Amino acid sequence: MTTRIVELRRGILKKNDELAAGLRTRYNAAGVLVLNLVSSPGTGKTAFLEFTLRELRAGGARVAGLVGDLETDNDARRLAASGAPVRQINTHGICHLDAEMIDKHLTGWADAAGAQAVQLSGLDYLFIENVGNLVCPSSYDLGEKIRVALLSVTEGEDKPLKYPTLFNSADAAVITKIDIAQPCGFDRDLALKNINEIRPGIRIFETSSKTGAGMEDWLDYLAAERAALN
Amino acid sequence: MHELSIAASIVDAVTESAAAYPGARVREVRLRVGALASVIEDSLQFCWGITVEGTPLEGSKLVVKILPVVAHCTACGKDGELPSLKSFRCPYCGEPATDLRQGRELEIESIEIDAVEETV
Repeated sequence: MTTRIVELRRGILKKNDELAAGLRTRYNAAGVLVLNLVSSPGTGKTAFLEFTLRELRAGGARVAGLVGDLETDNDARRLAASGAPVRQINTHGICHLDAEMIDKHLTGWADAAGAQAVQLSGLDYLFIENVGNLVCPSSYDLGEKIRVALLSVTEGEDKPLKYPTLFNSADAAVITKIDIAQPCGFDRDLALKNINEIRPGIRIFETSSKTGAGMEDWLDYLAAERAALN
Repeated sequence: MHELSIAASIVDAVTESAAAYPGARVREVRLRVGALASVIEDSLQFCWGITVEGTPLEGSKLVVKILPVVAHCTACGKDGELPSLKSFRCPYCGEPATDLRQGRELEIESIEIDAVEETV
């Protein structure tokens, strides 16, 4: 027996990163803008996405959603009411989505009528709603172009400081439920400052899925990002 | 929270690499983990013992080196370690730091093995 040290220099999530790189290539080839939405449970990801899917469809865009939860297909059913194809991913206890789950659910995806398969090349936008969790999803690349971190006015302005790893990895930040900011005593300036401390210069949207406030900016941003793909 | 998945990924990766040394026993696994990698060392160590059971890594030690976040400042041109994760600003000039050069690592640096002597 001899003791020896073997240099590996190998990424622990190499398998996920490789799969994600493959997905990114597929998304780009298909010309679809892919977004990964991450927040705590209860921030209002699903309501935000309901609004977004509905409006984009009304504008003639081809949209679809993949939605992750530990159990139930409640969110997929809610989102499917927009008319867009939506597929539920149940992780059964796993606290985040990974590239393999996305890859699997892009295969054999039938639309609402159960007839036509959903193809990436037939989409302008694909939204991935991650499992509600502000820690683990930050480590798992899903091949997305834009990672969106959401924060509601009910959660406290210091959320970005408490979860810097997630907020620092985001490309855009969305504040939700601004219609109830006042009764919640939400300090807007402090929230914006905290987000900027963790991710300087990030694009921030202040929205309400209930009243539609701020959604126009968000939809304009999506359209510009989609156009930039071509 | 996801340290069990991380531990399982490490065991898979090391098992694959150690397969090049048939009969070898893994004594130690050394990791480089960035401060922004969302991995808690205590949780990872807690999961380690359970995960390596019944694998070629059973009984091995996990050594975790935590790497601070290093940002390159576009304003003053220096690379600096951030003293905390509370504020992403250049430690020299205070300008916002957006160009991170270190801190997201999550990798296996090396393994120490007891290899069976090669017979010629």
